[in-house]
Amino acid sequence: MKSHDPRINRLKLPENDKINEILHEPENWETYEVFHQKKRGEQHIHVGIVHAPTPELALILAKEQYARRRQTANLWVVKSSNVFATAYDDTDIFENVPEKTYREASDYYCMDKIRKYQQEHGIEDRKEQRRKSKEKK
Amino acid sequence: MNYNKQQAAAIKDLLYKIADDQLIIGHRNSEWTGLGPILEEDIAFSSIAQDKIGQSQHIYGILHTLGEKDPDTIAFTRGVKEFKCCHFVEYPIGEYDFSLMRNFLFNHAEAARFDMLSGSSFEPIQKLAKKYRGEIKYHTMHSDTWIKQLARATDESHNRMQKVLNDSFNLALGIFEESEHYGVLHEMKVFEGENSLKSKWLETIIPIFESALLKIPGQDSWKPSLGGRKGLHTGYLPALLDEMCEVFKIDPKAEW
Repeated sequence: MKSHDPRINRLKLPENDKINEILHEPENWETYEVFHQKKRGEQHIHVGIVHAPTPELALILAKEQYARRRQTANLWVVKSSNVFATAYDDTDIFENVPEKTYREASDYYCMDKIRKYQQEHGIEDRKEQRRKSKEKK
Repeated sequence: MNYNKQQAAAIKDLLYKIADDQLIIGHRNSEWTGLGPILEEDIAFSSIAQDKIGQSQHIYGILHTLGEKDPDTIAFTRGVKEFKCCHFVEYPIGEYDFSLMRNFLFNHAEAARFDMLSGSSFEPIQKLAKKYRGEIKYHTMHSDTWIKQLARATDESHNRMQKVLNDSFNLALGIFEESEHYGVLHEMKVFEGENSLKSKWLETIIPIFESALLKIPGQDSWKPSLGGRKGLHTGYLPALLDEMCEVFKIDPKAEW
Protein backbone atom coordinates (compact mmCIF):
# COMPACT_ATOMS: atom_id res chain seq x y z
CA MET A 1 0.00 0.00 0.00
CA LYS A 2 1.51 3.35 -1.09
CA SER A 3 0.79 6.47 0.91
CA HIS A 4 2.08 10.02 1.30
CA ASP A 5 2.46 9.28 4.99
CA PRO A 6 5.90 7.67 5.63
CA ARG A 7 4.54 5.92 8.72
CA ILE A 8 2.03 4.01 6.59
CA ASN A 9 4.70 2.98 4.07
CA ARG A 10 6.94 1.85 6.91
CA LEU A 11 4.19 -0.50 8.09
CA LYS A 12 4.32 -2.40 4.78
CA LEU A 13 0.60 -3.08 4.84
CA PRO A 14 -0.56 -5.81 2.45
CA GLU A 15 -2.79 -4.88 -0.50
CA ASN A 16 -6.37 -5.48 0.47
CA ASP A 17 -8.00 -7.14 -2.56
CA LYS A 18 -11.09 -8.16 -0.60
CA ILE A 19 -12.10 -4.60 0.20
CA ASN A 20 -15.42 -4.82 -1.68
CA GLU A 21 -16.61 -7.91 0.21
CA ILE A 22 -19.40 -7.48 2.75
CA LEU A 23 -18.03 -7.65 6.29
CA HIS A 24 -18.90 -10.52 8.59
CA GLU A 25 -21.04 -9.81 11.62
CA PRO A 26 -18.23 -9.56 14.23
CA GLU A 27 -16.42 -6.97 12.14
CA ASN A 28 -19.35 -4.60 12.31
CA TRP A 29 -18.93 -3.11 15.73
CA GLU A 30 -21.87 -1.59 17.49
CA THR A 31 -22.30 1.95 18.64
CA TYR A 32 -22.73 2.75 22.30
CA GLU A 33 -24.25 5.95 23.66
CA VAL A 34 -22.05 7.53 26.33
CA PHE A 35 -23.38 9.28 29.45
CA HIS A 36 -21.09 11.38 31.57
CA GLN A 37 -21.46 12.22 35.25
CA LYS A 38 -19.44 15.13 36.57
CA LYS A 39 -19.87 14.56 40.32
CA ARG A 40 -21.27 11.66 42.27
CA GLY A 41 -24.99 12.26 42.85
CA GLU A 42 -25.46 14.46 39.77
CA GLN A 43 -27.34 13.20 36.74
CA HIS A 44 -25.56 11.46 33.86
CA ILE A 45 -25.66 13.54 30.71
CA HIS A 46 -25.49 12.18 27.16
CA VAL A 47 -22.23 13.29 25.51
CA GLY A 48 -21.90 11.22 22.32
CA ILE A 49 -21.11 7.75 21.02
CA VAL A 50 -18.22 5.28 20.71
CA HIS A 51 -17.77 2.20 18.52
CA ALA A 52 -16.84 -0.99 20.36
CA PRO A 53 -17.31 -4.76 20.22
CA THR A 54 -18.27 -5.08 23.92
CA PRO A 55 -19.58 -2.87 26.74
CA GLU A 56 -16.22 -3.26 28.56
CA LEU A 57 -14.26 -1.87 25.63
CA ALA A 58 -16.88 0.82 25.10
CA LEU A 59 -16.18 2.06 28.65
CA ILE A 60 -12.41 1.94 28.13
CA LEU A 61 -12.69 3.94 24.91
CA ALA A 62 -15.32 6.33 26.28
CA LYS A 63 -12.95 7.33 29.07
CA GLU A 64 -10.43 8.80 26.64
CA GLN A 65 -13.00 10.31 24.27
CA TYR A 66 -15.25 11.97 26.81
CA ALA A 67 -13.55 12.17 30.19
CA ARG A 68 -9.98 13.17 29.52
CA ARG A 69 -10.59 16.90 29.36
CA ARG A 70 -13.21 17.33 32.09
CA GLN A 71 -13.98 16.45 35.68
CA THR A 72 -15.57 13.02 35.81
CA ALA A 73 -17.00 10.80 38.52
CA ASN A 74 -18.63 8.09 36.43
CA LEU A 75 -19.51 6.96 32.89
CA TRP A 76 -22.37 4.90 31.51
CA VAL A 77 -22.51 3.24 28.12
CA VAL A 78 -25.70 1.92 26.57
CA LYS A 79 -26.01 0.10 23.26
CA SER A 80 -27.56 2.52 20.78
CA SER A 81 -29.90 -0.29 19.72
CA ASN A 82 -31.31 -0.34 23.26
CA VAL A 83 -32.42 3.27 23.09
CA PHE A 84 -36.05 3.82 22.16
CA ALA A 85 -36.96 7.21 20.77
CA THR A 86 -39.96 9.19 19.61
CA ALA A 87 -40.22 9.87 15.88
CA TYR A 88 -39.32 13.31 14.57
CA ASP A 89 -42.51 13.10 12.52
CA ASP A 90 -44.37 13.18 15.82
CA THR A 91 -42.68 16.33 17.13
CA ASP A 92 -46.07 18.05 17.12
CA ILE A 93 -47.05 16.04 20.21
CA PHE A 94 -44.77 18.32 22.24
CA GLU A 95 -46.55 21.49 21.21
CA ASN A 96 -48.81 23.20 23.74
CA VAL A 97 -51.76 25.22 22.53
CA PRO A 98 -51.34 28.95 23.32
CA GLU A 99 -54.21 28.93 25.85
CA LYS A 100 -52.39 26.37 27.99
CA THR A 101 -49.16 28.23 28.72
CA TYR A 102 -49.99 27.65 32.38
CA ARG A 103 -48.65 24.15 31.79
CA GLU A 104 -45.19 25.52 31.08
CA ALA A 105 -42.81 26.30 33.90
CA SER A 106 -41.77 29.53 32.21
CA ASP A 107 -45.29 30.84 32.67
CA TYR A 108 -44.85 31.07 36.42
CA TYR A 109 -43.25 34.28 37.65
CA CYS A 110 -42.21 33.89 41.24
CA MET A 111 -38.62 35.15 41.49
CA ASP A 112 -39.75 38.73 42.10
CA LYS A 113 -41.84 37.53 45.06
CA ILE A 114 -38.94 35.44 46.43
CA ARG A 115 -36.49 38.37 46.12
CA LYS A 116 -38.93 40.70 47.86
CA TYR A 117 -39.30 38.22 50.75
CA GLN A 118 -35.53 37.80 50.98
CA GLN A 119 -35.01 41.57 51.13
CA GLU A 120 -37.66 42.03 53.77
CA HIS A 121 -36.19 39.32 55.96
CA GLY A 122 -32.53 40.10 55.33
CA ILE A 123 -31.85 36.73 53.65
CA GLU A 124 -29.03 36.76 51.13
CA ASP A 125 -29.63 35.07 47.79
CA ARG A 126 -27.73 31.78 47.56
CA LYS A 127 -26.60 32.40 44.01
CA GLU A 128 -25.25 35.78 45.07
CA GLN A 129 -23.42 34.17 48.00
CA ARG A 130 -21.75 31.62 45.72
CA ARG A 131 -20.72 34.33 43.27
CA LYS A 132 -19.19 36.42 46.07
CA SER A 133 -17.31 33.48 47.61
CA LYS A 134 -15.87 32.60 44.17
CA GLU A 135 -14.68 36.17 43.69
CA LYS A 136 -12.91 36.09 47.07
CA LYS A 137 -10.89 33.06 45.93
CA MET B 1 18.39 13.36 53.10
CA ASN B 2 22.01 13.33 52.04
CA TYR B 3 23.32 10.50 49.95
CA ASN B 4 26.90 9.45 49.48
CA LYS B 5 28.34 9.07 45.98
CA GLN B 6 27.49 5.39 45.66
CA GLN B 7 23.94 5.88 46.90
CA ALA B 8 23.33 8.84 44.58
CA ALA B 9 24.65 6.86 41.61
CA ALA B 10 22.33 3.97 42.46
CA ILE B 11 19.27 6.23 42.65
CA LYS B 12 20.12 7.96 39.38
CA ASP B 13 20.62 4.63 37.65
CA LEU B 14 17.19 3.44 38.85
CA LEU B 15 15.52 6.65 37.68
CA TYR B 16 17.16 6.47 34.25
CA LYS B 17 15.92 2.89 33.79
CA ILE B 18 12.35 3.78 34.68
CA ALA B 19 12.20 7.00 32.66
CA ASP B 20 13.99 5.60 29.58
CA ASP B 21 11.54 2.67 29.44
CA GLN B 22 8.66 5.15 29.51
CA LEU B 23 10.10 7.58 26.98
CA ILE B 24 10.95 4.88 24.47
CA ILE B 25 7.70 2.89 24.75
CA GLY B 26 5.82 6.20 24.68
CA HIS B 27 7.58 7.19 21.49
CA ARG B 28 7.02 3.78 19.94
CA ASN B 29 3.32 3.78 20.79
CA SER B 30 2.94 7.30 19.41
CA GLU B 31 3.88 5.84 16.01
CA TRP B 32 0.32 4.49 15.92
CA THR B 33 -1.17 7.99 16.04
CA GLY B 34 -3.29 8.38 12.92
CA LEU B 35 -2.96 4.68 12.10
CA GLY B 36 -4.89 3.06 14.96
CA PRO B 37 -7.42 0.36 14.09
CA ILE B 38 -10.38 2.67 14.80
CA LEU B 39 -10.69 6.34 15.68
CA GLU B 40 -11.55 5.83 19.34
CA GLU B 41 -8.68 3.39 19.91
CA ASP B 42 -6.29 5.65 18.02
CA ILE B 43 -7.12 8.45 20.46
CA ALA B 44 -6.93 6.23 23.54
CA PHE B 45 -3.62 4.62 22.53
CA SER B 46 -2.08 8.00 21.62
CA SER B 47 -3.20 9.43 24.91
CA ILE B 48 -1.61 6.55 26.80
CA ALA B 49 1.62 7.09 24.84
CA GLN B 50 1.52 10.75 25.82
CA ASP B 51 1.01 9.84 29.49
CA LYS B 52 4.16 7.70 29.43
CA ILE B 53 6.25 10.47 27.88
CA GLY B 54 4.85 12.91 30.45
CA GLN B 55 5.82 10.59 33.30
CA SER B 56 9.34 10.20 31.90
CA GLN B 57 9.65 13.99 31.72
CA HIS B 58 8.75 14.21 35.40
CA ILE B 59 11.44 11.65 36.29
CA TYR B 60 14.04 13.43 34.14
CA GLY B 61 13.05 16.52 36.13
CA ILE B 62 13.90 14.69 39.37
CA LEU B 63 17.22 13.67 37.83
CA HIS B 64 17.86 17.32 37.02
CA THR B 65 17.46 18.21 40.71
CA LEU B 66 20.10 15.54 41.44
CA GLY B 67 22.62 17.33 39.22
CA GLU B 68 21.85 15.80 35.81
CA LYS B 69 21.13 17.93 32.75
CA ASP B 70 17.68 19.38 32.01
CA PRO B 71 14.94 17.00 30.82
CA ASP B 72 15.07 17.96 27.11
CA THR B 73 18.85 17.59 26.98
CA ILE B 74 18.60 14.22 28.73
CA ALA B 75 15.87 13.00 26.38
CA PHE B 76 17.25 14.26 23.06
CA THR B 77 21.02 14.45 23.20
CA ARG B 78 22.29 11.30 24.86
CA GLY B 79 24.06 8.62 22.87
CA VAL B 80 22.64 5.12 22.48
CA LYS B 81 24.87 3.62 25.19
CA GLU B 82 23.67 6.14 27.74
CA PHE B 83 20.09 4.84 27.47
CA LYS B 84 19.11 2.32 30.16
CA CYS B 85 15.83 1.06 28.70
CA CYS B 86 15.15 -2.65 28.20
CA HIS B 87 15.20 -4.16 24.68
CA PHE B 88 11.45 -4.80 24.77
CA VAL B 89 10.51 -1.13 24.43
CA GLU B 90 12.95 -0.57 21.54
CA TYR B 91 11.36 -3.07 19.20
CA PRO B 92 9.34 -1.64 16.30
CA ILE B 93 5.58 -1.48 16.78
CA GLY B 94 5.02 -4.46 14.46
CA GLU B 95 1.36 -5.26 13.98
CA TYR B 96 -1.27 -4.26 16.50
CA ASP B 97 -1.12 -7.65 18.23
CA PHE B 98 2.52 -7.05 19.20
CA SER B 99 1.94 -3.46 20.30
CA LEU B 100 -1.01 -4.48 22.47
CA MET B 101 0.80 -7.47 23.99
CA ARG B 102 3.89 -5.37 24.68
CA ASN B 103 1.74 -2.72 26.29
CA PHE B 104 0.01 -5.33 28.44
CA LEU B 105 3.24 -6.97 29.63
CA PHE B 106 4.99 -3.64 30.12
CA ASN B 107 2.08 -1.87 31.83
CA HIS B 108 1.80 -4.56 34.47
CA ALA B 109 5.52 -4.42 35.17
CA GLU B 110 5.24 -0.66 35.43
CA ALA B 111 2.18 -0.81 37.69
CA ALA B 112 3.99 -3.24 40.02
CA ARG B 113 7.14 -1.10 39.94
CA PHE B 114 5.20 2.08 40.83
CA ASP B 115 3.29 0.22 43.51
CA MET B 116 6.60 -0.77 45.12
CA LEU B 117 7.98 2.75 44.69
CA SER B 118 4.97 4.29 46.45
CA GLY B 119 6.61 2.98 49.61
CA SER B 120 10.11 4.13 48.68
CA SER B 121 12.31 6.03 51.13
CA PHE B 122 13.33 8.34 48.26
CA GLU B 123 10.59 10.93 48.60
CA PRO B 124 10.43 12.41 45.07
CA ILE B 125 9.87 9.00 43.49
CA GLN B 126 7.46 7.98 46.24
CA LYS B 127 5.31 11.06 45.55
CA LEU B 128 5.55 10.52 41.80
CA ALA B 129 4.42 6.90 42.13
CA LYS B 130 1.33 8.04 44.04
CA LYS B 131 0.61 10.88 41.64
CA TYR B 132 0.41 8.66 38.55
CA ARG B 133 -1.47 5.75 40.14
CA GLY B 134 -4.71 6.62 38.31
CA GLU B 135 -3.03 7.03 34.92
CA ILE B 136 -1.26 3.72 35.22
CA LYS B 137 -4.40 1.99 36.42
CA TYR B 138 -6.17 3.14 33.26
CA HIS B 139 -3.26 1.89 31.14
CA THR B 140 -3.54 -1.59 32.63
CA MET B 141 -7.35 -1.57 32.35
CA HIS B 142 -7.02 -0.65 28.68
CA SER B 143 -4.57 -3.44 27.88
CA ASP B 144 -6.36 -6.04 30.07
CA THR B 145 -9.64 -5.39 28.29
CA TRP B 146 -8.07 -5.70 24.83
CA ILE B 147 -6.12 -8.84 25.67
CA LYS B 148 -9.22 -10.56 27.07
CA GLN B 149 -11.33 -9.43 24.14
CA LEU B 150 -8.91 -10.57 21.42
CA ALA B 151 -7.95 -13.81 23.12
CA ARG B 152 -11.61 -14.85 23.27
CA ALA B 153 -13.04 -13.38 20.07
CA THR B 154 -12.22 -15.78 17.20
CA ASP B 155 -9.77 -18.64 16.57
CA GLU B 156 -7.67 -16.34 14.43
CA SER B 157 -7.44 -13.60 17.05
CA HIS B 158 -6.79 -16.15 19.82
CA ASN B 159 -3.98 -17.81 17.87
CA ARG B 160 -2.40 -14.49 17.03
CA MET B 161 -2.44 -13.36 20.66
CA GLN B 162 -0.93 -16.68 21.80
CA LYS B 163 1.78 -16.50 19.13
CA VAL B 164 2.68 -12.92 19.93
CA LEU B 165 2.80 -13.75 23.64
CA ASN B 166 5.24 -16.60 22.90
CA ASP B 167 7.34 -14.33 20.70
CA SER B 168 7.51 -11.44 23.16
CA PHE B 169 7.89 -13.21 26.49
CA ASN B 170 11.70 -13.33 26.62
CA LEU B 171 11.81 -9.68 25.62
CA ALA B 172 9.43 -8.91 28.49
CA LEU B 173 11.65 -10.82 30.92
CA GLY B 174 14.43 -8.39 29.97
CA ILE B 175 12.52 -5.70 31.89
CA PHE B 176 13.73 -7.42 35.08
CA GLU B 177 17.46 -7.47 34.28
CA GLU B 178 19.13 -7.32 37.67
CA SER B 179 20.76 -4.10 38.75
CA GLU B 180 24.37 -3.85 39.94
CA HIS B 181 23.01 -1.39 42.52
CA TYR B 182 20.46 -3.84 43.93
CA GLY B 183 22.16 -4.13 47.34
CA VAL B 184 22.46 -0.37 47.91
CA LEU B 185 18.90 0.40 46.81
CA HIS B 186 17.49 -2.43 48.88
CA GLU B 187 19.42 -1.42 51.97
CA MET B 188 18.28 2.20 51.66
CA LYS B 189 14.69 0.98 51.15
CA VAL B 190 14.52 2.90 47.88
CA PHE B 191 13.56 -0.08 45.73
CA GLU B 192 13.03 -3.76 46.55
CA GLY B 193 14.72 -4.96 43.39
CA GLU B 194 14.01 -6.57 40.05
CA ASN B 195 13.49 -10.13 41.28
CA SER B 196 10.79 -9.08 43.68
CA LEU B 197 9.26 -7.00 40.89
CA LYS B 198 9.26 -9.98 38.54
CA SER B 199 7.39 -12.19 41.05
CA LYS B 200 4.78 -9.48 41.58
CA TRP B 201 4.42 -9.11 37.81
CA LEU B 202 3.93 -12.86 37.31
CA GLU B 203 1.38 -12.97 40.13
CA THR B 204 -0.69 -10.36 38.29
CA ILE B 205 -0.41 -11.45 34.67
CA ILE B 206 -0.85 -15.22 35.08
CA PRO B 207 -4.48 -15.05 36.34
CA ILE B 208 -5.35 -12.60 33.55
CA PHE B 209 -3.87 -14.91 30.93
CA GLU B 210 -5.76 -17.82 32.49
CA SER B 211 -9.05 -15.99 32.19
CA ALA B 212 -8.12 -15.08 28.61
CA LEU B 213 -7.23 -18.74 27.89
CA LEU B 214 -3.64 -17.82 27.01
CA LYS B 215 -0.55 -19.59 28.32
CA ILE B 216 2.83 -18.11 29.12
CA PRO B 217 5.78 -20.14 27.74
CA GLY B 218 7.19 -22.87 30.02
CA GLN B 219 9.91 -21.77 32.40
CA ASP B 220 12.52 -24.01 30.71
CA SER B 221 12.29 -21.82 27.60
CA TRP B 222 12.82 -18.51 29.45
CA LYS B 223 15.83 -16.60 28.11
CA PRO B 224 15.55 -12.94 29.12
CA SER B 225 16.79 -10.46 26.53
CA LEU B 226 19.52 -8.78 28.60
CA GLY B 227 21.90 -5.87 28.13
CA GLY B 228 19.59 -2.89 27.76
CA ARG B 229 20.02 -1.85 31.39
CA LYS B 230 23.79 -1.67 30.83
CA GLY B 231 23.52 0.40 27.66
CA LEU B 232 23.85 -2.50 25.22
CA HIS B 233 20.98 -2.11 22.77
CA THR B 234 19.52 -3.62 19.62
CA GLY B 235 19.88 -1.80 16.29
CA TYR B 236 16.31 -0.60 16.67
CA LEU B 237 17.24 1.97 19.32
CA PRO B 238 19.70 4.13 17.32
CA ALA B 239 17.20 4.22 14.45
CA LEU B 240 14.46 5.32 16.84
CA LEU B 241 16.68 7.97 18.45
CA ASP B 242 17.65 9.38 15.02
CA GLU B 243 13.98 9.92 14.25
CA MET B 244 12.94 11.08 17.73
CA CYS B 245 15.77 13.61 18.09
CA GLU B 246 15.83 14.85 14.48
CA VAL B 247 13.84 18.03 15.03
CA PHE B 248 15.42 18.88 18.39
CA LYS B 249 18.92 18.60 16.96
CA ILE B 250 18.26 21.08 14.14
CA ASP B 251 18.37 23.79 16.81
CA PRO B 252 18.94 22.55 20.37
CA LYS B 253 18.67 26.11 21.75
CA ALA B 254 15.24 26.77 20.21
CA GLU B 255 12.48 27.77 22.62
CA TRP B 256 9.32 25.69 22.33
